[in-house]
Amino acid sequence: MSTLIFSLFIFVLACFIGFELISKVPPTLHTPLMSGANAISGITIVGALIVAGHSGVDSQLSQIIGFVAIIFASINVVGGFMVTDRMLEMFKKKGDEK
Amino acid sequence: MSQFIPESLLPYLPDTIQIIYLIATFFFIRGLKLLNSPATARKGNQLAALGMFIGIVVTLFDQQIISFEWIIAGILIGGLIGAVLAKKVAMTAMPELVAVFNGFGGGASALVAWGEFSRLVDPTTMTPDSLVTTGLGIFIGSLTFTGSFIAFGKLKGFISGNAITFPGLNIINIGSMIAVLVLIAFFTFDPTNQTIFWVILGLSLLIGITSVIPIGGADMPVVISLLNSYSGLAASMAGFVIGNNLLIIAGALVGAAGLILTQIMCKAMNRSLANVIFGAFGGDSGGSAGGDAGDKTVRETSAEDLAIQVAYASKVVIAPGYGLAVAQAQHVLKEVAMKLEERGVQVKYGIHPVAGRMPGHMNVLLAEADVPYDQLLDMDQINPEFKSTDVVLIIGANDVVNPVAKTEPGSPIYGMPILNVDEAKRTVVFKRSLSPGYAGIDNPLFYDEKNQMFFGDAKKSLQALNEALNDV
Repeated sequence: MSTLIFSLFIFVLACFIGFELISKVPPTLHTPLMSGANAISGITIVGALIVAGHSGVDSQLSQIIGFVAIIFASINVVGGFMVTDRMLEMFKKKGDEK
Repeated sequence: MSQFIPESLLPYLPDTIQIIYLIATFFFIRGLKLLNSPATARKGNQLAALGMFIGIVVTLFDQQIISFEWIIAGILIGGLIGAVLAKKVAMTAMPELVAVFNGFGGGASALVAWGEFSRLVDPTTMTPDSLVTTGLGIFIGSLTFTGSFIAFGKLKGFISGNAITFPGLNIINIGSMIAVLVLIAFFTFDPTNQTIFWVILGLSLLIGITSVIPIGGADMPVVISLLNSYSGLAASMAGFVIGNNLLIIAGALVGAAGLILTQIMCKAMNRSLANVIFGAFGGDSGGSAGGDAGDKTVRETSAEDLAIQVAYASKVVIAPGYGLAVAQAQHVLKEVAMKLEERGVQVKYGIHPVAGRMPGHMNVLLAEADVPYDQLLDMDQINPEFKSTDVVLIIGANDVVNPVAKTEPGSPIYGMPILNVDEAKRTVVFKRSLSPGYAGIDNPLFYDEKNQMFFGDAKKSLQALNEALNDV
């Protein structure tokens, strides 16, 4: 079995888990869900780290690409989780302490 | 940082990293699960953030990573920008911010695919598998990047919210997408051909622009959800390229989340996804203002009159729309609601799925004004309650309460599920004028004999109502 096929299995199964997990989220939480999920998609930073951190004679270009990718992904990750937290902090039940 | 690991343990390092990735995956899934309830959602988000942190730290031990200057600089710069944006943004501007973050996420994934490709000195050593995923990663990531920034521009008003289109644009878009896919196939056979690579990149960036430009302002919630899904897919593709399961799984979770939200939004507007993408519907100027408005009469109400009506009601439902947030009237609305509750009036909020400018946006805006989330009812929950409601206050909402969605098959919004406010004993519309809403459609509710209009700026009107309530 090639790596691609193996990865495809993982991909499809993860899609199903995603559908199961998220289809039950109440409409009240859709915005935080979206911004939180958005932050998770910043996981691509892991790839950016590998591209930027790899060193070699001919790797100048890829290091610069990786550097920009890290900036982009960090904005996504840090901003996404922080703003989601800021929103969720505001959600209070009746009678909760302010 | 693998140099800090003792020589004897190095052979175990790759597997250890993978196991820790598995733990990070667990945190992501558990975090999303906790996002299912407002009571646990915050913890869920923090858990996901922890998963991300673990994933990043353990990656730094990857033996391929030997220089850290770029990494540290990149994380500091990006993290700072992200933190400032997250702290400063007004809750009304949340759709814009999510669009921007989406764009950066998609852009980063495209760059990862490109960087991975360019760091291999001889691309012919890459397998066809990884070349295909590299091409797809660049394609999806790039179109997410430009598409998100166009969506941002539309939401912000830099670019007209009107559907900008011309005949044949859809054909050009579909043609370009097919062209990119064909080029990716060529790229797989001949990865050394620089021209093919650049054309794929350029076309993908272009498709992002030309496919979002023709979509009208009213459809932006769908577009943002869809772009959110794409940014997840792009991360997955980047995972295929570098052979990293954590990226594949996390990306797939986000892709699924975005797709579900897209579906929910489409259903809430009774549109198919294809219709949103190719339909070019809705603008921000309302071109088709109803010409037959002149010969109908509306009943006006005043703050004093309305105060008496609501103070002696037993049940009041508030139907807020984005206009409420534009007028920054959530806080005074909350005060009005509190006064009514002190008098023993039952107060609930009925939230239409497209009440804000992204899924769930209105809930966040009301949460910001300290409205408890258990008072916020979604459309399916509130609709059976209107029959027993004395007064519905419709504030800054229009299309989502427009009865033509049920009665006029010719109307562009026909079939869209709405809040059935016309079933209540009385409705009061807070509005500046009789102008049609975002979708540019006249609203017969305004002329209904059970309806009263409260003209004026939503905030000023609510302030007047709030004061009038003191004297009742």
